[in-house]
Amino acid sequence: MSFIWTVAWRLLREGRFQTALILGGVTIGVGVIVYITAIVNGLQANIIDRTLSSQAHVVLRPADRLNQAALSAPDGVTPLADVRKRTQRENTIANWTPLLHEIRAHPRVTASAVMASGPGVAQQGGVRKSVSLMGIELDDYQTVVRLDNKLRSGQLQLAAGEALIGVELAADLGLSPGSRLRLQSASGEQISVRVAATLDFGLKDLNRRWVLMPLRDAQNLLGYRLDITEIYVRTDQLFEAETLAGQLSASTGLTADSWQASNGQLVTALKSQRASSTMIRVFVTFAVALGIASVLVVSVVQRQREIGILRAMGTPAWRILGVFLLQGGIVGLVGALFGTGLGAGLALGFTQIARTEDGGPLFPVVLDSELFISTALIAFVVGLLSALMPALRAARLDPVEAIRG
Amino acid sequence: MADVMVLQGIRQRYGGGDSPLVEVLHGIDLKLPEGGFSALIGPSGSGKSTLLNIIGLLESPTEGQLWLAGEQASGQNDRVRTALRNRYLGFIFQFHHLLPAFSAEENVLMPVLAGVGRISAADRERARTLLARVGLAEHAHKRPVQLSGGQQQRVAIVRALINRPRLVLADEPTGNLDSQTANEVFALLRELNREEGMSFLIVTHDPRLAQSCDQQFYLQDGRLLPPAQADERQ
Repeated sequence: MSFIWTVAWRLLREGRFQTALILGGVTIGVGVIVYITAIVNGLQANIIDRTLSSQAHVVLRPADRLNQAALSAPDGVTPLADVRKRTQRENTIANWTPLLHEIRAHPRVTASAVMASGPGVAQQGGVRKSVSLMGIELDDYQTVVRLDNKLRSGQLQLAAGEALIGVELAADLGLSPGSRLRLQSASGEQISVRVAATLDFGLKDLNRRWVLMPLRDAQNLLGYRLDITEIYVRTDQLFEAETLAGQLSASTGLTADSWQASNGQLVTALKSQRASSTMIRVFVTFAVALGIASVLVVSVVQRQREIGILRAMGTPAWRILGVFLLQGGIVGLVGALFGTGLGAGLALGFTQIARTEDGGPLFPVVLDSELFISTALIAFVVGLLSALMPALRAARLDPVEAIRG
Repeated sequence: MADVMVLQGIRQRYGGGDSPLVEVLHGIDLKLPEGGFSALIGPSGSGKSTLLNIIGLLESPTEGQLWLAGEQASGQNDRVRTALRNRYLGFIFQFHHLLPAFSAEENVLMPVLAGVGRISAADRERARTLLARVGLAEHAHKRPVQLSGGQQQRVAIVRALINRPRLVLADEPTGNLDSQTANEVFALLRELNREEGMSFLIVTHDPRLAQSCDQQFYLQDGRLLPPAQADERQ
């Protein structure tokens, strides 16, 4: 064993009380950091997961039609005109197959599906409910938005003349799988469909309004011919959806909205939550660093004479520096080990206490190896850094002064 | 015989700036012969500690030259002086100053660990032999607190010898011991000087002990007295 290891280890072992104090401090600090991170990450992942369960990551819609100026004014002349924004007629995407190919060729796109949607009315026994008619290719659509976990009754299938409806709509109209339902579009076209399944989309409003039907049926009912209104896109880089939206918009000429743009408030809330948890972590890290530094400073003062003797017998200053740096590093690393255990225990304990009505955990906490490794690494570096000041102090001690005390 | 340590015109001044300048040593010339057994004596405040610190390369003199084992030791930086201390010097302090966290044997081996960085089997063997030589074979694994004052000082002596230094500096090595133990420890130093052949310089207040050394240096008011005058003082 080298001088630095031997002496650092022995000093830590000898100063049991101090070592226990400083280890306790680091353990609690790291525990709090791991706990907060696990809870916040779990909560955020859960919120995002729930929010995106019925949404695509990027939705492409037809670009707005703009007025074209009839006159171009020469330089220095301001044309006086009162131009209102044009009403957007049923704005659909015609000839969409090449666009879809182009979208699917983008490396970040993992799945995509087309949709023809529009307003409509559902009738049953004299009751009329306003609904959203959404024509989809079921298999494609399911690659973008999961439906199997939303199924409440019936079969997840969509043959011609069938429809999937939200559970609230089914309740309002007294429908169950197998029932027939009359759908009417805004233009007055009508069709009778059979309810194949009822679905719970997770939001009451969606459950009251959504009617999923085969693409062809919807196109006929809404009078779109072969056009569609939206393209749904799923990506593997959830937080890069904004960038992807920009790229797809540029390459297809369509309007593209990312999930972040469609959920602005949620994104803001997530960001501020993340910021406050980061702040807590930074301050706890500082508190831990100060704790390590102050205990080591006391240790250096207490061992001043021993350090002087070691210097007198020919110990180079860098070895003394190393002894105290290593003590900081060991304390940081061991404290991180205990602390991650404590934090993980607290987080798992939390999932035992916080439960939903059906007994499942409120949300899963995220305890990944990345969190453990990064925490241990940070604790080691913080240990070294906080030991730097005391260690320099020890290394710079004048042996004569130190021995005299 | 060659000299292990040569001092030439050593002056040491403290203060300057705001505080008054005080000269503690006024030009010391001194030679310590290889294998010698010398005493440094003088009243309190005569500059003994300062001179010992300069000889021990713990302090740099303001003026003057200093050679240790033929190597220029004055004007060197801390790194070089540290290495020279480790290679050529052994220290025995008045209060044993053993490291409480380590056993007797580990304390003895500390200068090896501090200088080389690791300990060989041969080093361990030498530590055991030396501890056995001073009658502490049974106590090698005890901590300093478990040893008596005399035993602690004997461990400290062995520690000073472990690196086979050319010069051992002892600052009041018996000052903290009762007279019988002091005599034993002093006798041990003398024997080790003969057996191991390294030079000793012992700072002491005890004129009887000083008298039994081969050579005496008498320091007064920062100057070494010539031998004739020194004899009178004793």
